Amino acid sequence: MSTTAIATAAKAAPAAQVLPRPRWVEGSPSLHQITEDVARPMEGRPGRAWWICFAVAFAALLNLGGMVAYTIANGIGVWGLNNSVGWAFDITNFVFWVGIGHAGTLISAILLLFRQQWRTSINRSAEAMTIFAVLCAAMFPAIHMGRPWNAFFIFPYPNQRGPLWVNFRSPLVWDVFAINTYLIISLVFWYLGMIPDLATLRDRAGTAARKLVFRILSLGWNGSHRTWSRYETVGLVLAALATPLVLSVHSIVSMDFATSIMPGWHTTIFPPYFVAGAIYSGFGMVMMLLILTRQTMHLERYITLRHLDKMAKVTLLTGSIVGYAYAAEFFSAWYGGNLYERYHFINRATGPYAWCFYLMVLCNVLVPQVLWFKKARGSVAALFVISILVNIGMWFERFVIIVVSLHRSYLPSSWGMFYPMLVDVGVLVGAFGLFFTCFLVFIRVLPMIAMWEIKGVVGNSAHAAARPANCDLAPHPDPPSTAPAEPSQSRLPAPGRDTRGQGTVRGEGAESEREKEAAHA
Amino acid sequence: MPDANASQFVVATFADAEALLRAVRAARAESYRIFDAYAPYPIHGLDEAMGIRRTRLPWVTLVAACSALAFAALFQFYAAVWDWPLNVGGKPDNSSLAFIPVAFELTVLAGGLATVAALFLRARLYPGKMERLLAEGVTDDRFALAFRKRDNFFDARRVRDILIDCGALQVELKEKEA
Repeated sequence: MSTTAIATAAKAAPAAQVLPRPRWVEGSPSLHQITEDVARPMEGRPGRAWWICFAVAFAALLNLGGMVAYTIANGIGVWGLNNSVGWAFDITNFVFWVGIGHAGTLISAILLLFRQQWRTSINRSAEAMTIFAVLCAAMFPAIHMGRPWNAFFIFPYPNQRGPLWVNFRSPLVWDVFAINTYLIISLVFWYLGMIPDLATLRDRAGTAARKLVFRILSLGWNGSHRTWSRYETVGLVLAALATPLVLSVHSIVSMDFATSIMPGWHTTIFPPYFVAGAIYSGFGMVMMLLILTRQTMHLERYITLRHLDKMAKVTLLTGSIVGYAYAAEFFSAWYGGNLYERYHFINRATGPYAWCFYLMVLCNVLVPQVLWFKKARGSVAALFVISILVNIGMWFERFVIIVVSLHRSYLPSSWGMFYPMLVDVGVLVGAFGLFFTCFLVFIRVLPMIAMWEIKGVVGNSAHAAARPANCDLAPHPDPPSTAPAEPSQSRLPAPGRDTRGQGTVRGEGAESEREKEAAHA
Repeated sequence: MPDANASQFVVATFADAEALLRAVRAARAESYRIFDAYAPYPIHGLDEAMGIRRTRLPWVTLVAACSALAFAALFQFYAAVWDWPLNVGGKPDNSSLAFIPVAFELTVLAGGLATVAALFLRARLYPGKMERLLAEGVTDDRFALAFRKRDNFFDARRVRDILIDCGALQVELKEKEA
């Protein structure tokens, strides 16, 4: 269809409504402005708010070091575990942190395949969150082993004991492969996505040391379109691999429970239920982190209320799936007619840990229903409170699944209670310290918003806006105002000039030259 | 990026992707081969305009993933059935279903790592590589187009005229340093 045909059509049908293209960046900044906005917070000194957060997080991290050292020195008897409840805070924390990571992969991989442009502002920090969360998660099985220096026994390596291989039928071995694959692929995806931005930082670096670091990290990236073309394909391939991976990881984690015969664990609903719960808690965490960063780092232009609205909708959806799973579990306990299963669910709602169950239902089923209201989704304060409640609720969900099942299994002679010790709580708090320390350092030293993706969204949608979508891309009769018809300085040939441009540090000089050019034009 | 043994390049700088796309089309219409384009983000439609073929990197993914799948399945069978059968709760030695999760994870791991490694090899990206920027600001907000002067039939003046007509900010002849 030609331009004129579209124009006539528009005249003929003035009532036809075309939804405006959603804009994910406010105020249509120039490409250079995007670089400035993202890079400036990293190049200046951190503000007071950052230092306060860092001090608190780092103190918690030091506490973690102390608690872990104490645990390893004395054995896991210092935790509140006993013969009835052999898994408690540690495995709760493990499942909780693995779950947190899932939102990052959902945003970076699944939403990429679905071409959801709103992911571009938040994917980088969500991926970073994934990596830090998986690191926190991986710590718990390791310290739960009691002798973490023997942790390499879980890998099937040729050894002098036969070789004696690991038991490949065990879900705990599947976990090792799932978590390590997830960590490695997430790291690669995160780093690969950062290379163009690291090159941008390299080219605007002020000091030689900074330039050197970014030069090494950016692998000599020079913006070549032939590389861009391959790079985009590889990004899609990785997204296609990461999508089933993320679904598999929490499914495998859920099989740690589902393949056992423990009442409350032995259910086929576990894999999808765990994946939905993981995405739910992960979005809660992403929302909390992004609200904090957009307020403290002044990135409201890129992390807009519309982004928060989208995330709130995903939270509402997955929260409702989780609520449905809770109900389905109770239904099958009643309908299945298994005495132990039925007792477990009665005990869950009326036993000594019933308060945990009701807290979980409140936070995971009732609280997200507030998000049906547009007013709640538009209020940063409300979303912040909800995101914290989501995380509390999901931690308690895992606690309920693990501890409430274990504390009253089959025979009353094997019943018992779990009471957390100070070390349990210390490790729980410490893991948050590790997570937040990593995240706070990340937002200071690496670009927390994917500059090139934002530029792509702004730039490519500008193309689309400039011409009708289905119009043939024929040469434009008049050049846009930014590009002068005649070059200001045509240097052909230009002998004796630093032709590669790599020797010049892009700073004040280059800027003023460009401004002069523009003024001249 | 193609190998650049020739010494001279005509490099045009643009302020926006539209102008660059126009220049690419105009130059290709006159059978000039584009050496490369440089941009701060992947420009949609530039692959077709430049005549870049689809990358074959996904084949690397396929081969690596299939090899890893075969290796993981065979290795688990070898370890659990052939080499040292463990009796765990009387379950059959060859519990093939139980071998699926590990085989799947290794497939994804090998596929992902091989693809990224192949990209780095093909695009010649490696730590410590000195970046070769043909124009300033292409990692920030500038767009550049480079033509290689291959032989004496290359009409640099004509190329320059095309580029300027299409809205180039600046056209330069650059020497490649060895």
